[in-house]
Amino acid sequence: MTEPLLRLDGLTKAYPGVVANKDVSFDIGVGEVHALLGENGAGKSTLVKTIYGLVKPDAGTMTLEGQLFQPAEPRAARAAGVAMVFQHFSLFDAMNVAENIALGMEKPPPQAEIAARVRHVSDQYGLPLDPTRIVGELSAGERQRVEIIRCLLQDPKLLIMDEPTSVLTPQEVAILFETLRKLSAEGTAILYISHKLEEIRALCDNATVLRLGQVVGTCDPRATSARDMAELMVGTVLHVPEKAARPVGETVLELSGLSAPAPHRFGTPLREISVAVRKGEVLGIGGVAGNGQDELVLALSGEMKSAPSMITYKGDDIGHLPPNARRKIGLLAAPEERMGHAAAPDMSLTENAILTAMTRQDLTTNGFLHWGKAKEFAKSVIAAFDVRTPGPQNVARSLSGGNLQKFVIGREIMQAPEVLVVNQPTWGVDASAAAAIRQALLDLAAKGTAVIVISQDLDELMEISDRFAALNEGRLSQPRPAVGLTVDEIGLMLGGAHDMEVAHVDA
Amino acid sequence: MIMLEKRPQPSQAWTYATPLLAVLLTMVCGGLLFAALGQNPFITIRTIFLDPLFSEFAWFYRPQLLIKGAPLVLIAIGLSFGFRAGIWNIGAEGQYIVGAIFGAAVGLAFYPYESFIIFPLMVLAGAFGGFLWAMIPGFLRVKFGTNEILVSLMLVYVAEQLLASMALGTLRNPEGMGFPGSRNLAQYPSATSWIDQSAGMHWGIVAAFIAVIFAYVALSRHIFGFNVRLSGQSPRAARFAGVNPSKLILICMGISGALAGLAGLFEVSGPAGQISIDFNVGYGFTAIIVAFLGRLHPVGILLAGGLMALTYIGGEIAQSNLGLPLAAIQLLQGMLLFFLLAVDVLTNYRVRFGKGGIV
Repeated sequence: MTEPLLRLDGLTKAYPGVVANKDVSFDIGVGEVHALLGENGAGKSTLVKTIYGLVKPDAGTMTLEGQLFQPAEPRAARAAGVAMVFQHFSLFDAMNVAENIALGMEKPPPQAEIAARVRHVSDQYGLPLDPTRIVGELSAGERQRVEIIRCLLQDPKLLIMDEPTSVLTPQEVAILFETLRKLSAEGTAILYISHKLEEIRALCDNATVLRLGQVVGTCDPRATSARDMAELMVGTVLHVPEKAARPVGETVLELSGLSAPAPHRFGTPLREISVAVRKGEVLGIGGVAGNGQDELVLALSGEMKSAPSMITYKGDDIGHLPPNARRKIGLLAAPEERMGHAAAPDMSLTENAILTAMTRQDLTTNGFLHWGKAKEFAKSVIAAFDVRTPGPQNVARSLSGGNLQKFVIGREIMQAPEVLVVNQPTWGVDASAAAAIRQALLDLAAKGTAVIVISQDLDELMEISDRFAALNEGRLSQPRPAVGLTVDEIGLMLGGAHDMEVAHVDA
Repeated sequence: MIMLEKRPQPSQAWTYATPLLAVLLTMVCGGLLFAALGQNPFITIRTIFLDPLFSEFAWFYRPQLLIKGAPLVLIAIGLSFGFRAGIWNIGAEGQYIVGAIFGAAVGLAFYPYESFIIFPLMVLAGAFGGFLWAMIPGFLRVKFGTNEILVSLMLVYVAEQLLASMALGTLRNPEGMGFPGSRNLAQYPSATSWIDQSAGMHWGIVAAFIAVIFAYVALSRHIFGFNVRLSGQSPRAARFAGVNPSKLILICMGISGALAGLAGLFEVSGPAGQISIDFNVGYGFTAIIVAFLGRLHPVGILLAGGLMALTYIGGEIAQSNLGLPLAAIQLLQGMLLFFLLAVDVLTNYRVRFGKGGIV
């Protein structure tokens, strides 16, 4: 084999109390698409941040094209030919595409020249993008294209992509993969981070699996089954949630023509959403991020009010009720953003339990708090959902994302809701915890709760939903039975790929 | 190399230790400052921090501490609710003035009639005046999204003009030979807040202690205090928990205004005695320092109010006995806030000495 593009040798990085990377070594060849697999907290982010110059390793070396590679900062990494597309975009909503791209440059050329280069690159790689459009108006898929083109303009040798498909429709994913394959054929290596195993099997040449900061295996993703890779990641046999057959009862929650203006400038207005949810069923709502998911949850939780008759609960109009009045009658919600929305980062888990459980768990009398009872409730959530924390007195931000997610979902489930709305219930949660959360949602439905799951993870929705509907620009499609839906049909429901085209330079 | 490393949890120990460390650092740097002014630093520090409590004239200074401390504590307790919720009422000085005007006006309207009901009515009027003045920035913020910092601050200057006009016009003592200023309420038995003037005891001191207890219970045991803390830390989580932000803004502004108004009323009917042009002496602003020095915690505010009163009284002693300029005393008070904010970083971060990470 020829000289690898990038060789990692014994990389180790420790943070107080945790070793993020321990003796990590592997090679990435020129033009290779290399998958980096691992659960949350396995050390993937630390590793790519090391390569991108954001983190300095405690020990170990990196070699890029035979030269010692020690980027002191991202600028140095970029100069050496390493580019990265982050999971969370760093774009300014109020500026246009070309201005955003210029912001990331050392010496930006005039706007017209950037625009011309953006057009050239987007044309070459089949990533249509108008450089004069305002970023705030772009879809998530289009924003990602801005980030990718920003990277491609640097002519990188290695492109790092962190969970790139979590915001894309299946059609958009197909287009992205075409682009990546073409880049790879031209000699650009790609380090691809994902925990969607089927994607990795479709795209990658090699895979390195991390667990607890160490390399626990490498495999050829094309020759290994997704289940085997998942078990390599988790280290145990995976438990797949079981959907028990259950009777579906009468309608509990009904939305009729729910419309609401966007709550902020770059939000999405809700348009004429009508759907009925019955006891004991799981309604899955898919859609690309930014198509009204957050707004729908706000409208259901009561943080955003609507006309009373737009939402009815067991026949009563509730569109005007505030959050705690809705909780009282049994309608609970868990928003997507854990830190700062579902939970207050600097408050203890006990206090965070009070946050939503005050009404249904009777944690107050005449406004006076029962701290003991609240602590017991927090403890029971921690125990039932295997939240890893020393105790309920710890502040929310001391928990890892996955653990906090288990806590905030568990907090709602433990209150025995009659309708539960969850947004992205397993986002950023490791595979075994995700399976546990899905199982808990299914168990809840089996007891007669109507569950609305909003997610961008289509596999998840197919796994647990009875009916599936898609949100697109604030409109909800007609729900259809989840069994028997094909990927193409789902893609069309999600809004399709109306402005996408396949890379048209032959690879 | 010194590095700051974020703690996973705020340190409990440092939460309590930082105010003490700040006081200590203020004494050290203040001492250096006084030495540079040609004073003996030890004597100066002793004069400011210890003489009011333990010197041979302490019998005179101790009541003064109560008189100075009570309005500071009362106002700071009110402010602490808003500050915790991220609502920045910095116009307590104005609310203090308007409270005093309202309260005094009610008392003066009854003069010279004597009745036990007069003083309670004045108390209500004082609280109402402060409340009303605070509702202006509160209402504008809720209705039109104006900045409550600017509006409440600007209203201080409006209140000062109002005070001058009252002292010179409407409330002027008709038997005062044309001098500005109202009748002396301290000499009007039904309207005075004094309980025992020689001991420095007036109703404002009682009110301050009651406010501390109420605030403590509200913040640690009641859902209102929980919502206040939640709103300050995570506004979105607060909405999710069902807190109505507009209502919370009005309530917090109302509490701070009412308590500032009460402080004004107790002051005008006791230690100050009358509405005069220079009635206000900046308690409303100093209370902001007291609130933060006390970590927005009711007991902390009580201690901080005492400490602030101490530097006032001690500063006055140092001015008269040692000839220190007033500016030096004010510098010392400023230092105290500065050090408090500076060492506050230790609560959330730990300092690590040693080499940075390898390259």
